[in-house]
Amino acid sequence: MLSAADASAVRLTLELASLTTALLLLLGTPIAWWLARTTSRWKGPIAAGVALPLVLPPTVLGFYLLLLCGPNGAIGRLSAALGLGTLPFTFGGLVVGSTLYSLPFVVQPLQNSFEAIGARPLEVAATLGAGPWDRFFTVAVPLARKGFITAAILGFAHTVGEFGVVLMIGGGIPNKTRVLSVAIYEHVEALEYSDAQFLAAGLVAFSFLVLLALYSLRADSRPS
Amino acid sequence: MPTLAPPDSHGIVCALSVERSGFRLDVELQIRGQGITALFGASGAGKTSLLRLIAGLERGRGSLYVLGECWQDDAKRIFVPVHRRALGYVFQEASLFPHLSVRENLGYAQKRRHSEPASVPFEGVVDLLGIAPLLARMPANLSGGERQRAAIARALLATPRLLLMDEPLAALDAARKADVLPYLERLRAELSIPILYVSHALDEVARLADNLVLLQHGSVVAAGPLGDLLSRLDLPLAVGEQAGVVIEARVAVHDAQHALTRLDFGDSSLWVSALNQPIGARSRARVLARDVSLALSPPGPSSILNVLSARITELRDQGPDRVNVRLLVGSGEAPLLARVTRRSRDELGLRPGLTVYALVKSVSVTA
Amino acid sequence: MNRRLMWCWSSCLLLLATPTRASEVSVAVASNFAGPMQIIADAFAKKTGHHVTMVTGATGKLYAQIKNGAPFEVLLAADDTTPAKLEAEGLGVAGTRFSYAFGKLALYSSKAGYVDTAGAILGQGGFQHLAIANPKLAPYGAAAISVLRELHLLEMLRPKFVQGENIAQTLEFVVTGNAELGFVALSQILVSGKAREGSYWLVPEQLYPALRQDAVLLKKGEKNAAARALATYLRTESARRVIERHGYGLPPAPSGEHSEAPPHASK
Repeated sequence: MLSAADASAVRLTLELASLTTALLLLLGTPIAWWLARTTSRWKGPIAAGVALPLVLPPTVLGFYLLLLCGPNGAIGRLSAALGLGTLPFTFGGLVVGSTLYSLPFVVQPLQNSFEAIGARPLEVAATLGAGPWDRFFTVAVPLARKGFITAAILGFAHTVGEFGVVLMIGGGIPNKTRVLSVAIYEHVEALEYSDAQFLAAGLVAFSFLVLLALYSLRADSRPS
Repeated sequence: MPTLAPPDSHGIVCALSVERSGFRLDVELQIRGQGITALFGASGAGKTSLLRLIAGLERGRGSLYVLGECWQDDAKRIFVPVHRRALGYVFQEASLFPHLSVRENLGYAQKRRHSEPASVPFEGVVDLLGIAPLLARMPANLSGGERQRAAIARALLATPRLLLMDEPLAALDAARKADVLPYLERLRAELSIPILYVSHALDEVARLADNLVLLQHGSVVAAGPLGDLLSRLDLPLAVGEQAGVVIEARVAVHDAQHALTRLDFGDSSLWVSALNQPIGARSRARVLARDVSLALSPPGPSSILNVLSARITELRDQGPDRVNVRLLVGSGEAPLLARVTRRSRDELGLRPGLTVYALVKSVSVTA
Repeated sequence: MNRRLMWCWSSCLLLLATPTRASEVSVAVASNFAGPMQIIADAFAKKTGHHVTMVTGATGKLYAQIKNGAPFEVLLAADDTTPAKLEAEGLGVAGTRFSYAFGKLALYSSKAGYVDTAGAILGQGGFQHLAIANPKLAPYGAAAISVLRELHLLEMLRPKFVQGENIAQTLEFVVTGNAELGFVALSQILVSGKAREGSYWLVPEQLYPALRQDAVLLKKGEKNAAARALATYLRTESARRVIERHGYGLPPAPSGEHSEAPPHASK
């Protein structure tokens, strides 16, 4: 059965995934919007930067977070000086790491759906008197609905399953950074296969149900 | 009054230019503040670009004053963004928001209207475009013509001071076009705001426009009242099968027995197929040059209904074998174009000043 | 699939399954011992002419590979339980187990002068994070726990723990400064006899159970003279010098051919 430590890992994972997904949408939306519409020469470099986690092993990102955000790193010194402490070994650190790592999974579906809208509906809205924010929220967002759903699904699922970055910067602290994937890994490595299997099967079932629910939501959404 | 603020509050005064790779648009224009002004030209002439510059959807250099309001003046560093310009814009293809019903699409415009709602009542616009039965439908379930009518209604509900229409019929097939055209004619009759109407279809322009701006390769070739431009032999309009004039006339007599109606203009008249309009109503007749033959004396008994006495004012060669002839009908000012062979011109001795008989084989009445 | 392809495929499998030649020995080595083992293997090859193929990895992973038929002939584990288990399961050759090294635990900081030579810093506190290897997974982590328990500091310091999944990651936490100090293996901070930058306390061996690292001859190497030769060579004086120089403790020097391996208490 589920031990207290494992139950805490499950709860922590859900918290981490929810918070990360919210942050990803908040952060990914303007990036995706800009990438979808800009003609700036920075588009290429920024898009490549956002896509980096797709190709890099998570340990690379974890390694750099550890270096840069640690007490000897540039970002770590800044955050410590601001009284925010350093990121490694904190829940906030996991949120930041997971957000960076899952960014392309949110930005790309959003960017694709923003691009699919094209310029025309926004031009129409402008001619009807809608300002830029108005256009974005009343036209772009509803028309990119499927993109948002996909982005949220991928962001959430990817964070639940995230392991490498969490392992690198988490430090496996119970109730703080010991998330489900780490717990499963520990059980497997310690040859506690029954605990591992209980959690792993639970994760599989949960992920499947979430994806199923969201995909059927997507199928039901109004045709566009 | 300062020269930088054009005093003409009744029209559109623009001097706009834009340059893109391989294309340059440079237009100076004054357009009347009422009726439909058609921007006409071949594709690539810059019609849509000009419309987009006027709307502010694209940014060019220069200045633009609409009904006394400054929308752009580079010298004063003024550029009013699209959403603050009191305009309505009807795009070529269906542009209704797909996530909103027709009613919600109309509501979207109404909520963001440029002036008081009373100026354009919802019900009035819905009736004008005949879309009352469509209000609850989603755009995906409308025909092309229905969508375009809804889009026009939506543009009007934004209470524009200027309505811009970019080939609103171009994406429709002939039948759908015929659905929408009468509504556009009603707009012309019932709206007090000026309409800029982009088209490359001369029949549409002949039917709808009051004024014409002729564009070619990014510049204005000619601009003026539709009738004047259509009857000029020096313009590209006189080339091709669609060359012809429009005649503004009045319904004078109905001949119910033969299902004919007589239209009077000046001291002349034309018999046309019966019109369902009251005596005295204004009507526009279109006579193509290729449908007009010329004779030196009135023909004997003939099946041709309409024979007009007219005076030749100008002749111009049109290709190796054809000649365009411009005439004035009766003693009035109504021009007429005729297309004859060079051989006929030579054999009949057609020349300016000569009075002839114009045999009109076909007339299409548009409104 | 057609017959010819089947034939090709099965002959490939046959080729792969062919046992290594007698002058070759395939050895699986726990990651932490990879450095010294490379030097030992080179010397062994030079001396005997046998070629050594080395595969390194975490002991648990090597175990899983051996269980699934990996063609290793000798295993140098990071613990003593894995070789015992292999022997009990019939995958190791009975009676061939021996300790080749003892791990030494060190409390390390990348800052010079931070860790005193008596480990008093542990009691003084003043640090945010103490890195240890996951005690469930890594023997060095378990050793660190028993050290703290012996020092009566375990409960006080537990909230400051950050766990690496293995000692390599634990060292990384310390080297990057994210943890001010941590329990690592001496072998990690000694590079060819010279210590890394920073400061360390070599934890007295009586504070934790011996970190015995055992080797065993595997079934696949039972008939390979080179494999047996390598096992013997690990106990020679020259190999022991290499092991010691890399920060490991040594088992008692062998006195005879078969008595050099200290007896194991069965677990």
